[in-house]
Amino acid sequence: MPLTPPITDLEQLKNHPAVARLLAWNAAAVEGVKFDRDEMTVYVERGSVREACVRLKDDPACPFNFLSDVTCVDWYPSEPRFEVVYHLLSIPKKERVRLKVRLDSAGPAVESVTSVWPGANYFEREVFDLFGIRFTGHPCLRRILMPEDWEGHPLRKDYPVEGYR
Amino acid sequence: MAHLTSTPVVEPGQDRTMILNMGPQHPSTHGVLRVILEIDGENVVRLMPDIGFLHTGIEKTCEAKFYQQVVPLTDRIDYLCPLTNNLCYVLAVEKLLGLEIPPKAQWLRVLLNELTRINSHLVWLGTHAMDIGALTVFLYCFREREEILRMFEMVSGQRMMTSYFRVGGIALEPPLGFFDRVRDFAGYFPEKVDEYENLLTGNPIWMMRTKGVARMTAEDAIALGATGPTLRGSGVDIDLRRDMPYSGYENFKFKVPVSQEGDVFARYICRVQELRESVEIIRQALDGMPEGPIKADAPHVVLPDREKMKTQMESLIYHFKIITEGFAVPAGEVYQAVESPRGEMGYYIVSDGTAKPYRVHMRAACFANLQTLAKMCEGRLLADVVAAIGSIDIVLGEIDR
Repeated sequence: MPLTPPITDLEQLKNHPAVARLLAWNAAAVEGVKFDRDEMTVYVERGSVREACVRLKDDPACPFNFLSDVTCVDWYPSEPRFEVVYHLLSIPKKERVRLKVRLDSAGPAVESVTSVWPGANYFEREVFDLFGIRFTGHPCLRRILMPEDWEGHPLRKDYPVEGYR
Repeated sequence: MAHLTSTPVVEPGQDRTMILNMGPQHPSTHGVLRVILEIDGENVVRLMPDIGFLHTGIEKTCEAKFYQQVVPLTDRIDYLCPLTNNLCYVLAVEKLLGLEIPPKAQWLRVLLNELTRINSHLVWLGTHAMDIGALTVFLYCFREREEILRMFEMVSGQRMMTSYFRVGGIALEPPLGFFDRVRDFAGYFPEKVDEYENLLTGNPIWMMRTKGVARMTAEDAIALGATGPTLRGSGVDIDLRRDMPYSGYENFKFKVPVSQEGDVFARYICRVQELRESVEIIRQALDGMPEGPIKADAPHVVLPDREKMKTQMESLIYHFKIITEGFAVPAGEVYQAVESPRGEMGYYIVSDGTAKPYRVHMRAACFANLQTLAKMCEGRLLADVVAAIGSIDIVLGEIDR
């Protein structure tokens, strides 16, 4: 399977179930799309990620009813610095889609999706713990893997691999 | 002492309840899981797992290593199924590279993965039964597990931390006699499963401790992110091996056991049936094992054979370059998920075009599955917590990473 260049043209990808659903709901919430290595990525406007998840979960044609994963990528020093990444799976249709939200380095915060999937709880706590992203509306946003009194967020790119000694 | 301050402050909600601390050093927590329980007499009112005791920052370490150096790290995430982690990682990197893997390597990977699944389920069955009080099963399970570990040692030189898969194929040809040994094992293993089932499935004590205990509905399981037998035990029919096949699983015929009840017994039955199905897959893999190379034809990624390296200049150069500078991976990102013995194991890898991964994230099945514990136990008896923890089959190395 030789690599083909990614497709980023919204016109070509508007028939993908997730993209179609989001465009029909609110075209302004879709900032961009990418189809690369058989995987679909949708860039969602940062204020509408929870709403977008609700719409995708309730889609009658292809319900993305399972949240596989939430994580984050730090693009330090470029801006917007953080990308929060959501992996959704449709159990009935066996489809996957990746949602991405871009956040600036100043006070990065995004709405929590725990009200859509309670299972997002641990994943968002992990992202908060290791990247310092705040999830508004999260029921219990505490550190989960690092000790409670730890300083800094270890998976940020400006945090040394060996830690501070 | 740092962990003392990490203690979440839990105050009893009412006068009649008390807080009970379980773990982190508790035999039935399968590692270092700490559970904070609020109990009213024998009834659990609230349950809060406290994790992170084994956090080693593997994701951060990966960012400082070459792609091929990450393989041994993946073993250490889930130490009961190292080969599943190896597979998931190498599949993700191969997808980033756009590499085609020869069929023999794919079939060998499937064969070894199913052996790993049996190995992992045997540890689960033994310890789960021991938690509930059936000590004999533990000894029986470890008898068969020993043979699997010896087979792993035969192919990779290691019993547990195998690191046997490579980006682009497999490290070595399996030694002579390996397939016969696996065939022998696949021949007698179903009888051993009967033996375990004789001890447990119809046993009245076992049924009383597991049937109707720690129930979870399919809606709750999906909402909480449960996968694997924890999800299938609640009646959701999904198995990534069948539904989103990888590494040639589409060539194999096997059933996906599903139970509807959603209790500890249902999850037990699912896993025991999976043991039998894994043997089926191993048989098919042995019978249909294709001939051919075990490494992809990609000299810039795959290390050359030792023999070639010593006789051909080109191979020596490639060897030197891969070892000293790694291999560059085209920029992009992939999410590769496989069905591990515990559920959906996923690797999300972001490449920036260099020889080191920009970001490696492991989606650990147990990390999400552990969230179901509170749902299972709240409102039930304290003694059922132990049965519920065992039925989720947690591995703390994977949860804390």
